Amino acid sequence: MSYFGDIYKGIKTLLAGMSVTGKVFLNNKNNTITQQYPDNRETLKMFDRFRGEVVMPHDENNEHSCTGCQKCEIACPNGSIEIIWDRQVDPETGKKKKMIDQHIYHLGMCTMCGLCIEACPTDAILWAQNYENSVYDRSALTKVLNQPGSKIMPGVED
Amino acid sequence: MNITLSITTTIYKFLSEYMSEGAANIGAMVTIALIYLAIFAVAGLYLVLLERKVAAWFQLRIGPNRVGPWGLLQTMADALKLVSKELTGTVKADKFLYNLAPYFVIISSLMALAVFPFTQEFQAFDINIGIFFLIAISSIGVIGILLGGWASNNKFALIGAMRSGVQTISYELSVGLSLVTMVLLTGTLQLSEIIEVQKNGWLIIQGHFPAIIAFMIYMIAGTAETNRAPFDMVEAESELGAGFHTEYSGMKFAYFFLAEFINMFIIAAIAATIFFGGWLSPFGITESIPWLGIFWFLGKTFVLVFLMMWFRWTFPRLRVDQLLTLEWKYLLPLNLLNIVLMALIVWLGLTIQL
Repeated sequence: MSYFGDIYKGIKTLLAGMSVTGKVFLNNKNNTITQQYPDNRETLKMFDRFRGEVVMPHDENNEHSCTGCQKCEIACPNGSIEIIWDRQVDPETGKKKKMIDQHIYHLGMCTMCGLCIEACPTDAILWAQNYENSVYDRSALTKVLNQPGSKIMPGVED
Repeated sequence: MNITLSITTTIYKFLSEYMSEGAANIGAMVTIALIYLAIFAVAGLYLVLLERKVAAWFQLRIGPNRVGPWGLLQTMADALKLVSKELTGTVKADKFLYNLAPYFVIISSLMALAVFPFTQEFQAFDINIGIFFLIAISSIGVIGILLGGWASNNKFALIGAMRSGVQTISYELSVGLSLVTMVLLTGTLQLSEIIEVQKNGWLIIQGHFPAIIAFMIYMIAGTAETNRAPFDMVEAESELGAGFHTEYSGMKFAYFFLAEFINMFIIAAIAATIFFGGWLSPFGITESIPWLGIFWFLGKTFVLVFLMMWFRWTFPRLRVDQLLTLEWKYLLPLNLLNIVLMALIVWLGLTIQL
């Protein structure tokens, strides 16, 4: 009688499977996992852990907190960050010290691993919230993070 | 002019006022063919959309919703894209058979639509061997698949086509025998008369136990015959690329794709007609308004189409040996037993007449 037993078991298990998917189908309105593309750019608040691109925040006096220590450049596994620096005379103390000229960030090479941001001792670089990074020319992906004429925030190096 | 639902005679009468009898006859046929072609090309596209939406809902996704309101124009846009695509082919393909194959598939599935009674008298072609015609036509499509797989000169396409041949030849038996079981009840092959018989209760109620078994076997075999999951070894993506239509692109691919969905509609429509009373409303609630039959017919058909989609997104794909075991060791013997059971029930008059 195992022949008919097999048929009975087969139908039973098939119906069990169908009831599982059927329940999912009926409850899909409340449980949809996928997100729509974020069209509301103005009001959108992305998540804290979202990794858009690396940016260097500046305050209203056009001051950043990058000391030019190059820890991010060393931490970067694929050379996305290049820091051009030189030694200049600090106008306040009159001593020579290391200052960044350009903090160059290649978005096209970045894998969004976040090691540079973890490595930064002064929290000078952060993750941005933007998500539309496509451009028509590859050279547009090479970005200079410090704004022209910016200087380091006083007190960061203390 | 008095417009009845009998479209063939209406168009024939309209045309015969302007031309001779023979020309009017041909004109009426061509007009109906064009109307059916246009309606079912669009209906096929919307079945594709329905499939994608249902798949999305089963997988907790949203589904296509960008093109048009609620994504309603998505498959229209896809069809436009496919029309404008280049028709590529392999160098060593058998050009004639390669180009012939998609037309075999699409024409055989469109031909089957002619005999369905959508509502009272709304039937393009009411022949007295209706079910026989449907079974015969629906198995021609596999020739197109075999041709396509053979002529592409591609190993994966050939394997897919051969699997399709094995599958269709096997499951054709179950489809035929489960329909024969129901024919024992009706005593006729003509679809309009089968529906007349069901005015005393749908056949699945009239035939009770064996009819339910026949319906289950029919749905399993019908799903296999349309080469849909869980019986989609013909185009098993993980094994064969795209199976028999690997080498097809553009509109030829679209024909295969459309034919699959129209076949699904046909299998569901046969089931709705034979088992669930076609255009008859439940308990005869809208008997006085004949055109509402279209609504009931399509409603029943779409419930069954949904059932097939439910199968697709629930069950994993069978292996070839499992497929043949299921057919030859389980469905076929059960079907033969079921015929004997049904014959006994009809002979002893144990059917349920409402």
